[in-house]
Amino acid sequence: MRVLMFGWEFPPHIAGGLGTACYGMTRGLARNDVEVIFVMPKASGDEDERFVKVVNASDVEARYSNSTIEGADDIMRKISFIHIDSNMVPYISPEEWDTYREEYERTGKKFWEREGDSWTQRYTFSGKYGANLMEEVARYAVVAAEVARQLEGQFDVIHAHDWLTYFAGIAAKRVSGKPLVVHMHATSFDRSSSDNIDTRVYEIERAGMAAADRVIAVSNLTRNIVIEKYNIPAEKVVTVHNAVRFAEKENELPERGVDDKIITFLGRITFQKGPDYFVEAAAKVLKRVPNVRFVMAGSGDMMNHVIRRVARLGIADRFHFTGFLKGDDVHKMFQLSDVYIMPSVSEPFGISPLEAMRANVPSIISKQSGVAEVLDYAVKVDYWDVDAMADAIYGFVKYPALAKMFSEKGLEEVTGLKWNNAAAKIKAVYEDAINELAK
Amino acid sequence: MKTVCLYFQVHQPWRLKVYRFFNIGKDHNYLDDFTNRAIMQKVARQCYLPMNALLLKLIKENKGAFKCSFSITGSAVEQFRAYAPEVLDSFRALAETGCVEFLAETYSHSLAALSSKEDFVEQVKLHSKMIKEEFSKKPVAFRNTELIYSDAIGEMVSELGFKTILAEGAKHIMGWKSPNYIYTNSIDNRLRVLLRNYKLSDDIAFRFSNQGWDQYPLTADKFAQWISDENGEVVNLFMDYETFGEHQKATTGIFDFVKALPKAILKQGDVQFATVSEAAKAYQPVGVLHCPHAMSWADEERDVTAWLGNELQNEAFSKLYALKDKVKALKNADFEYVWNFMQTSDHFYYMATKWLSDGDVHSYFNPYGSSYEAFINYMNVLSDFEIEVDKALAAKKSRKKETATA
Repeated sequence: MRVLMFGWEFPPHIAGGLGTACYGMTRGLARNDVEVIFVMPKASGDEDERFVKVVNASDVEARYSNSTIEGADDIMRKISFIHIDSNMVPYISPEEWDTYREEYERTGKKFWEREGDSWTQRYTFSGKYGANLMEEVARYAVVAAEVARQLEGQFDVIHAHDWLTYFAGIAAKRVSGKPLVVHMHATSFDRSSSDNIDTRVYEIERAGMAAADRVIAVSNLTRNIVIEKYNIPAEKVVTVHNAVRFAEKENELPERGVDDKIITFLGRITFQKGPDYFVEAAAKVLKRVPNVRFVMAGSGDMMNHVIRRVARLGIADRFHFTGFLKGDDVHKMFQLSDVYIMPSVSEPFGISPLEAMRANVPSIISKQSGVAEVLDYAVKVDYWDVDAMADAIYGFVKYPALAKMFSEKGLEEVTGLKWNNAAAKIKAVYEDAINELAK
Repeated sequence: MKTVCLYFQVHQPWRLKVYRFFNIGKDHNYLDDFTNRAIMQKVARQCYLPMNALLLKLIKENKGAFKCSFSITGSAVEQFRAYAPEVLDSFRALAETGCVEFLAETYSHSLAALSSKEDFVEQVKLHSKMIKEEFSKKPVAFRNTELIYSDAIGEMVSELGFKTILAEGAKHIMGWKSPNYIYTNSIDNRLRVLLRNYKLSDDIAFRFSNQGWDQYPLTADKFAQWISDENGEVVNLFMDYETFGEHQKATTGIFDFVKALPKAILKQGDVQFATVSEAAKAYQPVGVLHCPHAMSWADEERDVTAWLGNELQNEAFSKLYALKDKVKALKNADFEYVWNFMQTSDHFYYMATKWLSDGDVHSYFNPYGSSYEAFINYMNVLSDFEIEVDKALAAKKSRKKETATA
């Protein structure tokens, strides 16, 4: 089977979980004998090339073919890459796009550099291509149609990730007549704090799912939103949970500076991630146990608010902020932790607890996260239930047997979440879609 | 006869380096040595050395008719010793003229007066001892950090044996009263209070180089005339010493202004210079000053909200002084050194979130991007310090046990 996939860049150059997921999924599909033609946006810098640039598998840039993907040549041979000149990035909103564009016009910065803090600046905008994000999405679709025409007969199904590529998926379907599968990694309702969503994005998501033959949701949580809030027929929507792929080499354990137990929150400090609940739970725990420290790693628009709250609660000597962490520091933070907490208010999937568990750290996750559906050995609490959260932290800190069980069983569990299995499910969805269309 | 009382505050904080969560428990060097040295040597070159030389020259020229007073913080003296010993020598040369008085204050330029009497007394004694050692004279007049003053602070100061204290001539305290007279503390009438004439002081400290000011340019003759025109007995000109050459750069003509000032003032005939203690003794107090709440010379509000005005500052302050008993119990000079520089008021100033009229002044002195960064950094250092203190205490206890059983 051959799939034309509209996806996102590969590690190490990724903006978020989406790139990582695309990478793992593609590998998994290749192992399941699915050939993938992978189309992704890539800004080429200065040139304003408003046409397709097809890159053959043979002259794919080195970083995709062998340097970062070790020992996987046979797998990667099943994947070809096509780069479309575009500066779309996953998770970008129309407002952010406009900000970047204005920034470009003001300062003339035009390179696709990744800056330190991906929350404040995912990319330095290159400034070319569409005048606004919606125009760029439309332009990307036109190019996608051209790609589909050129590759006629070389694929059996189309797979599109994230709303930015949905128009591209629809266009490719119209040109080729092949079935379309769209993949919902997050919904507009996860991105905003209330029902105050971006209606343009919502419309594109809805249009993509309506035109699709199958919709893949990353969790039942997301599947329910798709059915209820987008009115997509339930029989069309399939849940395939994400898996996780870990680097083979193990870093050595960093030296611990403090003897106290360390409880960690790692992520963007935004409403969606529930940082407030972490703080309240911390205050409750600190009333009972002195030898605990809390760490909030990350940055975001709620950071100052959280710092003030911590000061007002009088726990600032035991509650630390690291600011935005990059690269190795993230892994180091996990390794230094004794308990990991993800109190997200809304999380379509949520990969970070898996990374924590992989580092032998017992995790507490909110019931309002997709990952809660696949984990048994993580404590699940309602994000607003700070008493339950405090209880769980206290338990892990005070009863080593409990922490030991969760970290051992958790590691086993997380190691079992293989992309191979997830890809097999995706393959089944492809087959369904193809068969249905053939009828 | 009217008296002009010139007083200069000399202070440099020990600045903390960027200290991350990952440093806690591993790294016990908290100071930004490079920045501290660079700033000290820059200010020494631009302000302390040329201004001290100028004052020495003026004192000699006027044969005892020109006088002034200083207070120098412990952390400034420590940095002189480390990075600019020649500055300390030039202050000693000034002390030897007999025309310069050195005042007492808290050793670390701390907010201890707002914490507890015990902390305060200890800080003051430490400072007086240092001044005695450096300048061979025990201070008899007192000025608190940033002129923070209240009735209760005055009472503590009087109990310590000081005869005079400096305070801000703040509008909300003075009301219709003039700062140009001597007042007494309302609890202990023996303590005399000298009040800063903020209008004339700020004409030099803030407005001297302001070309938008309707009195620009300020000349020594014009200023001497203003002093002569003032009602009252004592005109108190209190300001940061860094005004000369640092806040007001040499190119503004500030040194020429100072050079011409003594002659211009003495020329008036009815005006003399005096040190703080001399000025306080020269006149009878005209009344009692009531100041139930702490005031200071900072910001438009003239209160203590620049240091203890938001939850970040209050939290850092209470967490710092919660460590006091432990540090005391250790009786270890290394820990006391850190304990001292952690108390410096500047750390709390960096955490201020007042950004209206005084935002400019705040950001000028602030090495941090935001008050939140300042708070995080300070708390990280404090956390490590606490861990170290606890470890040292535990070690001390176990040593005691060993010797007891042996």
